[in-house]
Amino acid sequence: MKILVCISHVPDTTSKINFTEGDTKFDTNGVQFVINPNDEFGLTRAMWFKEKQGASVDVVNVGEADTEPTLRKALAIGADNAIRVNTPAKDGFQVAKELAKVAQDGGYDLIIAGRESIDYNGGMVPGMLAKLMKANFVNTCVSLEVEGDKATAIREIDGGKETLTTELPLVIGGQKGLVEESDLKIPNMRGIMMARKKPLNVVEPLGADEKTSANKFEKPAPKGEVKLIDKDNLDELINLLHNEAKAI
Amino acid sequence: MSVLVYIESENGKFKKASYESASYAKGVADQLGTSVTAITINADDHESLSKYGVNKVLQVKNDQLSKFNADAYADVISQAAKSEDAKVVVLGQTANDKYVAPIIAVNLEAGYASNVVALPESFSPFTVKRNAFTNKAFNFTSINSEIKVLGIAKNAYGLKENETTATIEEFSPSLEASDFSVHVASVDKATDKVTIADAEIVVSAGRGLKGPENWDMIENLATTLGAATACSKPVSDMGWRPHGEHVGQTGKPVAANLYIAIGISGAIQHLAGINASKYKVVINNDPEAPFFKAADYGIVGDAFEIVPQLNEKLKEFKANNA
Repeated sequence: MKILVCISHVPDTTSKINFTEGDTKFDTNGVQFVINPNDEFGLTRAMWFKEKQGASVDVVNVGEADTEPTLRKALAIGADNAIRVNTPAKDGFQVAKELAKVAQDGGYDLIIAGRESIDYNGGMVPGMLAKLMKANFVNTCVSLEVEGDKATAIREIDGGKETLTTELPLVIGGQKGLVEESDLKIPNMRGIMMARKKPLNVVEPLGADEKTSANKFEKPAPKGEVKLIDKDNLDELINLLHNEAKAI
Repeated sequence: MSVLVYIESENGKFKKASYESASYAKGVADQLGTSVTAITINADDHESLSKYGVNKVLQVKNDQLSKFNADAYADVISQAAKSEDAKVVVLGQTANDKYVAPIIAVNLEAGYASNVVALPESFSPFTVKRNAFTNKAFNFTSINSEIKVLGIAKNAYGLKENETTATIEEFSPSLEASDFSVHVASVDKATDKVTIADAEIVVSAGRGLKGPENWDMIENLATTLGAATACSKPVSDMGWRPHGEHVGQTGKPVAANLYIAIGISGAIQHLAGINASKYKVVINNDPEAPFFKAADYGIVGDAFEIVPQLNEKLKEFKANNA
């Protein structure tokens, strides 16, 4: 099985979010970039397929050279090859079109992407990619088994789960659940050394157009002071929830 | 030309999120000087849509569509958009909406903006405000394609009543075998529990509860309030509660009316995930817990004492205000 894992290069979940240039650009100052957590669960599941069932695992990112350390980390975790499509990621549609070309050229059977990146939260690349390459698609995928060209996936629905059966080629929008948090691999020294020698191929983009542009950012208004309520005066809380918040 | 809104239903009934989508579609249609057409799949109760400004309903009745199927549903909605010459297609942000919207966008060669929180700021360029960075910031996104697909965040624009009389038409989409290449084998959904996605109130607990055996008081409080239960990341990582209850940056987002956090310290990733909720209550024995900076109301004290007392008082309140 040939697996392609799509990797977004995103700020670490603990990052303080600030903007520069008149709130038009994300401020990368002091921010550590990581593999998008939703992608990392998928990458780890891909490694499981490689170890247990035999598979090749390539990783791909659409971005400029500054995303290469993130691809190297994916190689250190155990991916075989990395591909960087040499163009800035402008919007979900453009990224999906670039990824569709890589996926089709490479003849991959299974393409794993995160359900959304934790920076722009667009949540569109996996679905667009699947439709563009006419592959089957399962979103918010929390479990995946593959046997031959048959796949069984579980997806999270509102308030429960749904088990789906389908065939390869398949695209999934993955998330936590594909593997447990404790299964995530921290690259060891050997992995990091080996990753330096693994191929990282830079390919030129199709030049797909974007259909959206993120122009301006705004931080939420600062929160007012918390109203502290004495633990022996719970009626006060109920009163506030009823009369002030009108929530009960 | 009209604004098309997809009205999701479950067992034939509409959800509050669908009425929010209809309300939003009406807001856009008013600004564009056009009307709202709704598309429904195997639903009834179309009169209720008139209350939220829908002028016309395209109703699809088709046994092939009795179970949700993303490709097929996306085709139905895309075909309705073409038949109505819709330039704006509005959906919510339920799990199914998020599944179909990107497919619709490809079908219609349309730009898609998700997590939209307000009516368009401008129409030229077409610009909407949306949540980004898991609610740590807003982002203004312009869409430059002829057709725009919008996913409306829950509890953001809200419900706006707008009485109209909707006409109802049958709509027969053309479906292909390739629409059905992903099959639903089984659905596992608790029907007696309020889901985090639908809940107005969410009661959530963290490591402060010390162990999974102590969740009865959380369940009881949730039952009294008609609330969904949720938990912090460490609690789901340790297997105290199912993954589906994990809320936060890598878990589920919560946009409830009221979020009650019990024994949760308030890590930045957790706060990001629940930030879109309107009112937040924190109960924690550590007055330095970061959650107190994010909450509207806070109680410093032992959850094991406070929660059962609060539950009794709320039962009394509910009985008196029924």
